[in-house]
Amino acid sequence: MTDTTKKTGVSRRTLLKGTAGLAGLAAGSGAITGFPYVMSAEPKVLRYLGTAVNEGDDISKQCLKDTGIKIEYITATTDDVTKRVMTQPNSFDVLDTEYFSLKKLVPSGNILALDAKKIKEFDNITPVFTKGETPGGKKIGGQGTAPWKVLYLEGKDSKTFSKTATEFVTLIPTVYNADTLGIRPDLIKRPISSWSELLNPEFKGKASILNIPSIGIMDAAMVVEATGKYKYADKGNMTKEEIDLTMKVMTEAKKAGQFRAFWKDFNESVNLMASGETVIQSMWSPAVTKVRSMGIACTFQPLKEGYRSWASGFCVSKGVSGAKLDWAYEFVNWFLSGYAGAYLNRQGYYSAVLSTAKANMEPYEWAYWMEGKPAEKDIKAPDGSLLEKAGAVRDGGSYEDRMGGVACWNAVMDENDYMVRKWNEFIAA
Amino acid sequence: MDTSEDILQQGSPDLVRGSETRRAAKSARLSPSFISWLQAGPMMLVFLAFFLIPLVFVVIVSFWDYNEYQLLPAFSGRGYTDTFEGCIAQLPDLCTIAKTYLKTLKLCFLVWAITLFIGFWVAYFLAFHVKSKTWQMGLSLLCTIPFWTSNVIRMIAWIPLLGRNGLVNSGLMKTGLINQPVEWLLFSEFSVVLALVHLFTFFMVVPIFNSMIRIDKSLIEAAYDAGASGLQTLVNVIIPLAKPGIVIGSIFVITIVMGDFITIGVMGGQQIAAAGKIIETRVNALQFPAAAANAVILLVITFLIITMMSRIVDIKKEL
Repeated sequence: MTDTTKKTGVSRRTLLKGTAGLAGLAAGSGAITGFPYVMSAEPKVLRYLGTAVNEGDDISKQCLKDTGIKIEYITATTDDVTKRVMTQPNSFDVLDTEYFSLKKLVPSGNILALDAKKIKEFDNITPVFTKGETPGGKKIGGQGTAPWKVLYLEGKDSKTFSKTATEFVTLIPTVYNADTLGIRPDLIKRPISSWSELLNPEFKGKASILNIPSIGIMDAAMVVEATGKYKYADKGNMTKEEIDLTMKVMTEAKKAGQFRAFWKDFNESVNLMASGETVIQSMWSPAVTKVRSMGIACTFQPLKEGYRSWASGFCVSKGVSGAKLDWAYEFVNWFLSGYAGAYLNRQGYYSAVLSTAKANMEPYEWAYWMEGKPAEKDIKAPDGSLLEKAGAVRDGGSYEDRMGGVACWNAVMDENDYMVRKWNEFIAA
Repeated sequence: MDTSEDILQQGSPDLVRGSETRRAAKSARLSPSFISWLQAGPMMLVFLAFFLIPLVFVVIVSFWDYNEYQLLPAFSGRGYTDTFEGCIAQLPDLCTIAKTYLKTLKLCFLVWAITLFIGFWVAYFLAFHVKSKTWQMGLSLLCTIPFWTSNVIRMIAWIPLLGRNGLVNSGLMKTGLINQPVEWLLFSEFSVVLALVHLFTFFMVVPIFNSMIRIDKSLIEAAYDAGASGLQTLVNVIIPLAKPGIVIGSIFVITIVMGDFITIGVMGGQQIAAAGKIIETRVNALQFPAAAANAVILLVITFLIITMMSRIVDIKKEL
């Protein structure tokens, strides 16, 4: 090896080092601004942020067919949806979220209320949302963040909820349900009729609740009230003393080994129940259906103290305007026009506009899901799989009975910060 | 021996060589320290942009105030005072944060001790008993099997094994060892430690193996010739020389376990407190400053542990 080759070798390497350093510098300083984004000829695309509840390939395919709007789902958990609206309001167009998060979303100014006059079916939306009663006239319990308390704003850019109807709607209602405890009747072998059973020592190590603090504490409050220990003015908006009392009951139960596990995700709840790890737990209707479709007995048990309900709807990001806003209205109008409503009803949820959903369902389906009548034929899921054999009756019965039996709604409390701290204390106990 | 670059040089025409020489003359003026800075530059910039700057933001935000829906950029110690709420008032009972950290440290210690024990012997076997390089490679790749599936699937897979009606319980019942299913197999500290050990032993094996493979075999022969027993060789030769690997592996395992909330959450049935879980709950409730304050506390405690460990072994020197 000669001296020269050695030297040039070094120099080449030095050069490489230098370029790499410069490239790094350029990237770090932001001199490279990324690849250009090419807009193609006006495809109607809406970025749809929401939880998995309303989202389905069938819905987006049908929507594309009917309206030419392409839906791009951004799926997240309830908490993450809220987080995203707060921190990245420009990362989505249409927002599908729950009413209880409005207490956080509306003051942030990151969402835009929709105009009721531009929603064709607005007047046909179930009175559950507008008046707080069922179509049959039953009054619905209003504890917590009931949708009719936060449905309207005082003005277009107002951050105050209006007590009377206005044209500025925070969330155009889409889907809702009444939640209760799911049980394994084959393992419990006796009738269950009260929320208090959740903390019954008989089910020690076999109970579970939802690991979302704001919802978990409401289930706990239902239990506390059912045992007669305390009567809350509003379970969805507790005072500090009430939070302490509720968490004390829960902590004692946890220390005694009452809970097998807490769940946060749909599939977790299905797994716990199906494997027999739990026999009684708070649950969602389609999760109960899923367990049953695995051939395992599971009941979405109606309880005498009533249901804990939730509801969600559509609004748009504050950044949406012009043609995109028109598409958003077109999409929301399409969503309420029946196909999606029928799809949701067939999963055990309820659609906001009942008349259009009914028109898209077979009479026997409507009779089973909505009227609480025994199924005339086998009941099938939207994907065609068998859910119930002919003759089965829906747990809890009809729409009137289930929605009429709602006691409280998912909520964010004024003392949310304190409650979250107490929840961490509860987990550490 | 010719390097590939030299071969290239030999094959290249004189024209190129001429321009290379001019560049060589230019770069000769660069000082060696400048060159090392350039070499370290890209990594430093990545570190700065994606680690140090975000970390500074976390510290700043941890001293902000907040309400239900936004951060309030005004100085406030609320994130910290809330976190240590009741730590003095509740004495002699422990406050939430103390209980949480005691639990986290306990899990951390158990996982560390078990992964170290298993990892050390796996590495020992690979380094000293497996003679062929191919087998060493093949067997170390086997250690990565737990990483072939996603975190979630790995967790769910434990239920049919350890659950009330799982394989272990039904097996034990059939042999007549127990009459009732054993409950503590799942959703307990036992299952948390089991899952963490299963996951992270690999992080112990690799650095320890790496240290052991570099031990000069003649040292072991010398120890044998000098009359040392197997145990004496292990304690006086192998362990001291494998120390850097042990410390690096320990740092991996401890930092991961201290911040873990997913495995502890899923395997503990969400009922076991963890430092990471407090942060998660706070973030989910949009209480970012409180979450940031907890993150800073976690960082400080982990940093203290690492500092103590590097007191025991000077990694820089050993490497």
